[in-house]
Formats: sequence, structure tokens, C-alpha cells
Amino acid sequence: MTQTRKPSSKPEAREAQNPSFSSSGMKLIVPLQGVVQGRGGLLLGTLVPCALFYFLQLYLKRRRSTANCNPPSPSSEPTLPRTSSRSNLSARGSISRVRISRLATQISRPDESLYYVGLDRVSRDPYHALDNPDGVIQLGLADNKLCLDLIGEWVARNLEDSVVGTGLNINGIAPYQTYDGLMELKMALSDFMHQVMGESVKFDPSNMVLTAGATPAIEILSFCLADQGNAFLVPTPYYPGFDRDVRWRPGVDLIPVHCRSADNFNLNITALEQAYSQARKRGVKVRGILISNPSNPVGNIMTQDMLYSLLDFAEEKNIHIIADEVFAGSTYGSEKFVSLAEILDSDYIDKSRVHIVYGLSKDLSLAGFRVGVICSFNDSVLAAAKKLSRFSSISAPTQRLVTSMLSDKRFIREYFETNRKRIQQVHDEFVDCLSKLGIKCAKSCAGMYCWADMNGLIRPYSEKGEIELWEKFLSIAKINITPGSSCHCIEPGWFRICFTTITLEEIPLVIERIRRVVESCKSSS
Amino acid sequence: MRVIVPLQGVVQGTGGLFWGSVIPCALFYFLQLLFKTKTRHHHPPSNHNHHSTLHRSLSPTPRHATASAYVSPRANSITAANSPYYLGLHRVADDPYHQTHNPQGVIQLAFDQNTLSLDLIQEWIHSNGTAAMLGKPLSVSGIVPYQPLHGFMELKLAVARFMSRVLEKPVFFNPSRMVLTAGATSAIEILTFCLADHGNAFLVPTPLSPGFDGVVKWRTGVEIVPVPCRSTDDFNLSITSLERTFNQAKKRGQKVRGIIMTNPSNPAGKLLNRETLLDLLDFAREKNIHIISNEMFAGSSYGDEEFVSMAEIMEAEDHDRDRVHIVFGLSNELSVPGLKAGAIYSYNDNVVAAASKLARFSTVSAPTQRLLISMLSDTSFVQKFIEVNKLRLRKMYDTFVAGLKQLGIECTRSSGGFCCWADMSSLIRSYNEKGELELWDRLLNVSKINVTPGSSCHCIEPGWFRFCFATWTEKDVCVVMERIQRIYDATK
Repeated sequence: MTQTRKPSSKPEAREAQNPSFSSSGMKLIVPLQGVVQGRGGLLLGTLVPCALFYFLQLYLKRRRSTANCNPPSPSSEPTLPRTSSRSNLSARGSISRVRISRLATQISRPDESLYYVGLDRVSRDPYHALDNPDGVIQLGLADNKLCLDLIGEWVARNLEDSVVGTGLNINGIAPYQTYDGLMELKMALSDFMHQVMGESVKFDPSNMVLTAGATPAIEILSFCLADQGNAFLVPTPYYPGFDRDVRWRPGVDLIPVHCRSADNFNLNITALEQAYSQARKRGVKVRGILISNPSNPVGNIMTQDMLYSLLDFAEEKNIHIIADEVFAGSTYGSEKFVSLAEILDSDYIDKSRVHIVYGLSKDLSLAGFRVGVICSFNDSVLAAAKKLSRFSSISAPTQRLVTSMLSDKRFIREYFETNRKRIQQVHDEFVDCLSKLGIKCAKSCAGMYCWADMNGLIRPYSEKGEIELWEKFLSIAKINITPGSSCHCIEPGWFRICFTTITLEEIPLVIERIRRVVESCKSSS
Repeated sequence: MRVIVPLQGVVQGTGGLFWGSVIPCALFYFLQLLFKTKTRHHHPPSNHNHHSTLHRSLSPTPRHATASAYVSPRANSITAANSPYYLGLHRVADDPYHQTHNPQGVIQLAFDQNTLSLDLIQEWIHSNGTAAMLGKPLSVSGIVPYQPLHGFMELKLAVARFMSRVLEKPVFFNPSRMVLTAGATSAIEILTFCLADHGNAFLVPTPLSPGFDGVVKWRTGVEIVPVPCRSTDDFNLSITSLERTFNQAKKRGQKVRGIIMTNPSNPAGKLLNRETLLDLLDFAREKNIHIISNEMFAGSSYGDEEFVSMAEIMEAEDHDRDRVHIVFGLSNELSVPGLKAGAIYSYNDNVVAAASKLARFSTVSAPTQRLLISMLSDTSFVQKFIEVNKLRLRKMYDTFVAGLKQLGIECTRSSGGFCCWADMSSLIRSYNEKGELELWDRLLNVSKINVTPGSSCHCIEPGWFRFCFATWTEKDVCVVMERIQRIYDATK
């Protein structure tokens, strides 16, 4: 009887097996399946997996945010063994119970960017012709020392009248606070900029906000034009300071648009387009383009056509342009500098997306005075910047002194002619000497840097090789120059060398030191 | 049940558990996406700048972007902050009072600066300024080239010694813990960036200086949780009130990262005594938060009580000092508004390191630094200046308060600062903020004096007003009193 039953009972047995299989083994699956298949099966069968999925998302989010708590350092260069390890040993901060902000934790760590490490090394052992002839020569900071004598003479003659005599009598100024600078200084600056930029563009003082240097100007504009997490496009190589000015407190990212030596590091719009669309694909909101014109570090000037193309691009994508024109007056080549503001005079261009940053640290050598200016045609941005400038105001005595200096038209004219001549002299001599050593420089017509190609000296042809060469320059030759990787240059081997911190007479000394390194590289290869 | 059946079928069919999880999850995920895109549509860059949309269609090229350029919401929220404080400033700017040139103009009493001893400074600069800035032999190498962005070491040393003198006690300030900034407000902002993240909060006793919350909030995104002080306590800070506010904030889910107290306080001019400071330190330790002691008016304490700085308290402490930070304002101390020199003094190494780097955005001009180094090192001048300044402030305060008293307006007893905190509740028509603003408006338009209403100072009791007296002379005070009399006559 059982035998005949067997075949017919097989499917039954199988069916019987299944529930038994699921009920006996897999203790986890059964309850879920029971829920799913039981009363209100569809509802719970949906709710339970959804709830599980939601908690999974929460968990992943928390994991991601703790991972973001320790953001990756901006540059990936290996830290120098000596300094960084010593500061990592300082246990005071690490055993403190009280919490500081994420920003402070990130910033207080020792600098990894070689640009800052180099500046630090110089400050510890600075070169001085008489007191410390074996010190480290500073060629990494654009301090214009060529015309210090002219400035010194003027200040010595006029300090009494401009600041000391009239003093700090504010009653003559205004009974209310002007954080964004005295009107007299704005007017004087406007005239000065008009002169510096080829006498072809007029800046309205009511469109200007004064700040303590160009650095806070860039930061304030970043706050006004973008939110945290947004980005600016920036052509590389660029000034290493932008990373701090734009990223640190405003929280705006910088997306590099790589320029190559084949184009003499000139920006091309296709690269800009590409970078923009790639950013869009990643979901990053690009709010503007940050350019320096004349460029730092390369020293080339943007042509009028290029400026027009940039404006069209910005118009099309509905983004801003921040133009850092601090080197506008330090031109020495045959090309004429054209400010972005000059292009704007045409009717059909939307001025509200253009913002210009300028300062007196380079063109007038007054780096210690801390005078910078934002020129914008956008009323909202101006209103916000005026209020934010209270955090970076220029000291009243300095404002008086600078107003006085800028109003002395004869002095300014004389200074400009001499400055231009001396920059050209030193630049030509320096580039010539470098080429004799076999080091070619990019063609530049403005600024205070040579952008030198040392790829013949680095082994291997990579960022690592570049860093090793930089270290050689600092320890063997004892000169501080800026490696291209700090400027985010995509081609290794380029170095930024400032030539205005030394006099014409000191050039042979510097060249001699560079020769030492060149020879040591050649001999080791 | 056309919908349910297929789903149930899927759920109960082969691979039931798998599909029964995947399908609802997928649906849920798409639901979330839908919500996300919906909220994004609801919050577009809504604060478009409408000023500059293109009208001129002379250009032949079609312009896609008639949308105006994006301005960040954080910029727009900064410009939107238009309290009576700013409105009053504009009115004064249009019609400023001058004793001889414009005696009918609007008198500025909302400007909390001190120019009473500016003549002493000017005299000093007149005789020593050139040598101070250029040194001997005269050279610009000390003022023109790039300098360390967090201040010269010589100035830090000079400030350290100066602050000891101001406090009239031999408190030791370590110059390597100091970071120089372009004014005390920049110092507070930098500290805020260092101690708290976006969305965190600080406890701040009220009433506070108008514009203070902008300083803390604008760029950092750190909220201010007001800790109200009352007239019954004579506007002194009470620890119970602090405790209560802290717990309320915690319940609301706000992460409190520290306390900012101004000592002497602005506007009430109260000093924190030693016991309160110790209690505050205990409170901060218990809750594991920071203390920022804003001592930018330390040198202007003219009262009879002694001024106790947080630095003095910390001298006796040898552990758990990482949470205390002090702010000094040299412009206020030296009675030179516009000097733009302040300092952060922190006991926390990481904060000092971070603040030194952030100081690059708020640097003190090198000529000013040189001037200050010389001036602050001239010990006899500094001594004389501190004494005379205190005397003048005291005299001015007494005159002002006496004048107000004659009009029937009482002030709290201030021991420092440049203002008096007056109770004008008898003059307001309705005992609330609206009545207070109405009185402010009358004072501005009828009496033509610009004062700060208590609501701008987040004062919890209506009717209090702040009068800043330290930029005027005694003759001007008479004019002010006479003008306030006008309001009295008008109400009666």
C-alpha cells in the first residue's frame, strides 16, 4: 500500500518538506517569512524591510560622517621627517578633554604644503648680507624690495605731516564707523588703480570695499558668492594661498583647470568647459572662476580675447568671475595689461558677475601695510562685503599714510617708472643667468616670479623627484623656492622663483648657489 | 485587488523573501529620492539679485542667462540684518551733530568708543611718532615688507606687559600664547571658528552689545543662546540662570560649546567678581565647554570695585586650562577707535596654533604695530595714560548719570565701559518691545539723539536704553539732557 502511495505522495512530500525545511533550519528566515506570509502580510512585508533599509542608511551615513571628521590634508606631499614628527609628539593638545572645532583641528596641524614649510624654514634662519650670509635666501614670497629706498625716502620726508602731525583726529572724519575704508583713501586708490591699469578704466569709489590686504578680500568674496560645499574653477598652476583663502573658512572647493607648458600655461576654454561638466556630473555646484591676471606663478597676461571668452563662458553658465589683479602694475614685457573691468565697459555685459581684487603689497611694495580692495558691481555683494570688512579693517594711521602717499602724484609717477625699469632689469638678468645654467623659464611679462623648468634635474620625473629637488635647494643651496606641486601644476619639475627680494648685485650669489645644486644633480645622475 | 495581488504573489512566490525585501526597499528608496528632489525645488537660490538682469537687447547673440548671478544666502542674510542699530547709524550719517557747525544735528550716542583721552595719544605721537614707526636710524624695513601675519613678537611682549599694567597686578602673560588681530571683534570671530562648528551654540549673557551676535554668527554659523540677566539682579550674571539656559538648550538639541562673557559687560558695565569667575570656571569644567572672556574694556574699569581678569584666576590654576581664552582690545584701551588692534590670549596650544594661521585674514598693519610697540614700552606714558583715562571716564559717567537722574531716569551702577544703561520704562507707552521701539523712534526724530534700544541688546525687559558718553564733552551732555527733556514735555 505504501508503495503505490509513494509516487502520488511525492509532491505532497516535497510540499511537506519545504515548510519543514524552512521551519526547522534558518531560524532567521522563518519569522520574516512568517510575517510576510501571515496576516497583514503585505503591510508588514513592506514595513520590515523598509525599516531595515532605513537603519542601514543611517548607519552608513554615520560611518561616512565620522570618516569626514578627519578630512584628508590638502596636499599629499610626504611631510619632512624632522619638523612634523617633533610637533606630533606634543601631547598637550591630544590629552585635552575639551573639544575644539573641526576647522581648528585641521588647521592646527603642522603645515604639509611645502610652500609654507619653506616660509617657515626661512623665518628660522633668514639670510642677511652682513649678519647671516649663510642663511636661507627667501625666493618664495613676492616681496618687492627693489624700490624700498624710494618708499623709505618718501615716508621719512612725509610721515610727520601725514600721520604724526594731523594725528589720529577722528572728529574730522565721521562720527560713525566706516569699516570698509575712508572715502579719501578709496578715491586715492581709485585714481591709483586707474593709473596702474593703463589709464583705460575708471573705478567708482562707491563700488570699492577696503580690506586688510588682498587675502581677506578673496575670503570675503568666497563667502559672498558661494555656499559651503560649492566650488570655484581655478586655472593651474595657481597661488598656493588660494587653498587657504577659499577652502578654510568659506568651505568652498577649488577645482583645478590644468594648463600646460605647450600652451605656455595659458588658459583654454575647452579645458574650462571640461572641468565644469565633470564637476556638474559629480554633483558639485560651480559658482565661479577664480583667476589671477597677471598670473601667479607663471607671469603671463590674459589677452583681451581670452577675457571676452571667459566672460561669455561665465555668462553662459551663470557663474561669477573673481579676478585677482594684484600684479597689474608689475609688468615689464611688451604686452599691455588689460583689466577685466576695462572689458566690462561694453554695454551688453552683465557686470554683476565680475569682481576684482587688488592690493598695494606688490605694486607699491607696501606688504606690511596690509591694504587691499574689492571692486564689485554687484550691490548685494558690496553690501555684504561692507559688513564683513569689519573683521579685516585697515588701521586708521595706515589709511592716512597711504592716502597721503597715493595723492603725491609726482612720487607715484617716479616710483612707477623706476619700479618697472628695475623689475625688467632684474628679471632679464636673472632669466639670462638661469638659462646659462641650462634652466629655461616660461615666457612671462609681468609679476615678480620666474616660472622655471627644472625637469632635467629631477629624478624620477614625478612629484617625488620634484620634492627631493626642492629639499636639495633648501638644504644644499639654502634658497627657498616654491615647487610646482604646491601650485598644483600638473607637470612635475616646475619651480617658482621670486626675483624681487634680491638686488641686482645679489643675483650672482643666488646663481652660484643654484649652480651647486645643478652640479650635484648632474653628478648624481 | 489588482495592485495587491501581484505584489503579494511576488512576495509569497518563489524567492519570496528576497523579492519581498527588494521591492519594498526599492520603492522606499525612490520615495526618498522624490522627497529630496521636491525639497530642492522648494529651496532654489531664492535670493536672486534682481538688480542686474539684462534689459539691453542690443547684442545680437541670444542670451540664455537672463537669470542674474547667484549670491549666496549667507551673504544675503548678512545684508538683511537691519536692526535699529544700523538704521540709527544711517540717520546720524545724514545729519551729524557738531557743537559749532551743526548744533541741531542728530547726536550719536550709540557709538561705543572712547575718545576722551585721544589728546594724550595724539600728543605722544606728535613727539614720538616718527621715531616709533621708522626706528633709529630711520628705515622702512620694519614697516614695509611682509611681516609675520600673527603679529610681531616685540608687540606681543609689549602687549603682555601693558595688560599687566592695566590690570594693576603682576599677572604674567606669555607672549607665545598671544595672537594679534585687527581688532577685538576679529579676535572673537576667530575664536568662534576655532572652538565651535557650524550649528553649535555659545551661551552669552544678555543684554549684550548690538552687532555682537553678527560677529559671532555671520560667517561661522554658530548660534547665540542668550542667558538673560535681570534688573532685579542689577544685570549681574547668575549661575543658576546659566545652568537653566544650558539645560534648555540641551533639551532643544543644541550643542553648546562655550560661554562668551564680556567683562566689564556692555552695555550694563558690570564687573564679574572673583567668586563668579571661579563659579564660571567650575561650570565650564563640569559641562566640558569653553570660556571666552571678552576683556576688551578692561582698561576702562573706573568703578570702586577691583577688576578681576580671567588671567588672574588662571594663574592659580595648574590643570584643565585648555578651555579658557581671553580677548583684549587695544583700540579701546588706548582710546583710539580706528586703530584696529586686538589680541587673543589662549591657554590652549591647538587654539593658539589655529588662530595664528587664521590671523592672516585680520592682520594688524605694520606701521601701527611699530607705533604700538614704542608707545606701550613707554612705561611712564602708559602709567599716566591709564590713570587719566580712568578719571575722565569716571567723571563723564557721573555727569551723565546725574543728568539723567535729574530727569527721573535711573541707570544701573556701571563700573566700566563707555556707556550707561538707563531705565526709561516710565516713558514708554506700552510696556513691550513695540513701545520701546516707538520711544526710540521719538528719541531719534524728536529729540534727535541716537541711542540703542534694549531690544537690540536682547534685553529681556523692555524700556532699557544704552547711552554711550565717551565721545562727548560735558557741554554736549547738557545738550543731550535738554533734548531728552523735550520728550518728557511731549509726554506730559
